[in-house]
Amino acid sequence: MGILFEHGNFTLFRDGFLRTLELSAVSAVLALLLGILLAAFRVSPVPALRVFGTVWVNIFRNTPLTLLFIAVNFGLPQLDVHLSPFVFAAIALSAYTGSFVCEVLRSGINTVSLGQAEAARSLGMTFGQTLTLVVLPQAARSVLSPLSSVFIALPRNSAIAGAFSVPELYNVQQTLSDRGYAIFAIFFWVALAYLVISAAVGLLFRVIENRVNRLAVAR
Amino acid sequence: MTETTPSDSRPSPLVVLSGVNKHFGALHVLQDINLEIVQGEVVVLIGPSGSGKSTLCRTINRLETVDSGTITLDGHPLPAEGKELAKLRAEVGMVFQSFNLFAHKTVLENVVLGQVKVRKIPRTQAEETARALLERVGVAAQADKLPAQLSGGQQQRVAIARALAMNPKVMLFDEPTSALDPEMINEVLEVMRSLAAEGMTMVVVTHEMGFARSAANRVLFMADGRIVEENTPEAFFTAPRSDRAKDFLSKILHH
Ligand SMILES: Nc1ncnc2c1ncn2[C@@H]1O[C@H](COP(=O)(O)OP(=O)(O)O)[C@@H](O)[C@H]1O
Ligand SMILES: [Mg+2]
Repeated sequence: MGILFEHGNFTLFRDGFLRTLELSAVSAVLALLLGILLAAFRVSPVPALRVFGTVWVNIFRNTPLTLLFIAVNFGLPQLDVHLSPFVFAAIALSAYTGSFVCEVLRSGINTVSLGQAEAARSLGMTFGQTLTLVVLPQAARSVLSPLSSVFIALPRNSAIAGAFSVPELYNVQQTLSDRGYAIFAIFFWVALAYLVISAAVGLLFRVIENRVNRLAVAR
Repeated sequence: MTETTPSDSRPSPLVVLSGVNKHFGALHVLQDINLEIVQGEVVVLIGPSGSGKSTLCRTINRLETVDSGTITLDGHPLPAEGKELAKLRAEVGMVFQSFNLFAHKTVLENVVLGQVKVRKIPRTQAEETARALLERVGVAAQADKLPAQLSGGQQQRVAIARALAMNPKVMLFDEPTSALDPEMINEVLEVMRSLAAEGMTMVVVTHEMGFARSAANRVLFMADGRIVEENTPEAFFTAPRSDRAKDFLSKILHH
């Protein structure tokens, strides 16, 4: 178990851990923004946007994440898009996760009665105002718990980036294996690191949920 | 506006529907509707369930689109979906059968929100207006509660205040008292009566004959997507001309 504290392994491990955090955080923010946009598309009055949203979600939600990584890492350079492995990984992860966020939001939106949106529109609110001021805040409660599952899965999913030249946690595992350390010890530390991240995300959502619930019963 | 001929002494129409048709699939819900509503007029829409009253009401702020015909508000045709339409919708207040107060906002916020976000009125001023309106509809004491904590009658009065806060040119009421317990109907009708007395232009879908008699200038009787009969409340309720209206009235009177 002490391998972490030998031969500069700790620095390697720490950098991998921070990389995973960074990749997860960036992808989470992008996925959330993308998910909101896609959900808005899927409930918008414009048919073309609805179709776009539906197609996007069905492609990205139903493709294995590894395939998406391959598509981004080998497809984009073919289109003369050359970015760092980290950015490629963030693109693949947020395109994938964003489609799940979209579906969670959309089902949340459907729990809010149509009358709420009609009342907002009657007051002269635009589609965007209706969504962000009236519908989404009310969808928030029913959305938080499934959304936490999506975001807890994200750091774990980010491990695939390790196989695509991003020096994150999973990549560290490969390096340490190559250095000949005991596989069990390596996996123990890597698994623990992922557990810590997932638990932290879970806790964050718990705090938000409690806050939202308290606001709703208050007054 | 500049030339004044004797025929111009009548107020100009605020809402005009001409040749309006609408289908829901195969169902022809609105059939060749022609209707002019002048400033300050109170029009009651009455008719059997499914006759198209709600749909007619909702076409006036374009919550429902029409297949053919034109609708103008204060001389302007209703624009297509978008910013222009949103602006125009702010001019038309709507009160729903199921209140539809924003469930996550306090009573005060319900009345403030549209003013601030749509009319861009400064918050302090919007709150002042909101409190005055809540006072006027008799729910000022509930300002900081959530809608779910209010009775149906109180919620509907808040909904009226919310619509009034936009300073609308017309108010549409779609069966505003149908979801209320009987003892709460009057408190809402009272508010509507006072609005009518102050000269608000109103379209009211209701079966409350007392309200129609005391506040309406005109009753429109709808059946199967058409305006079948049109008269003063007194004449309509005492001597309906069409068989459909006679039949309908006998049913609601013996209810
Ligand atoms: N969104 C809709 N889609 C399909 N049919 C509808 C829709 N809204 C109303 N209808 C139908 O149109 C007819 C008129 O409805 P409505 O205007 O609500 O009548 P009323 O308010 O007079 O009871 C009814 O037969 C109703 O079932
Ligand atoms: Mg109706």
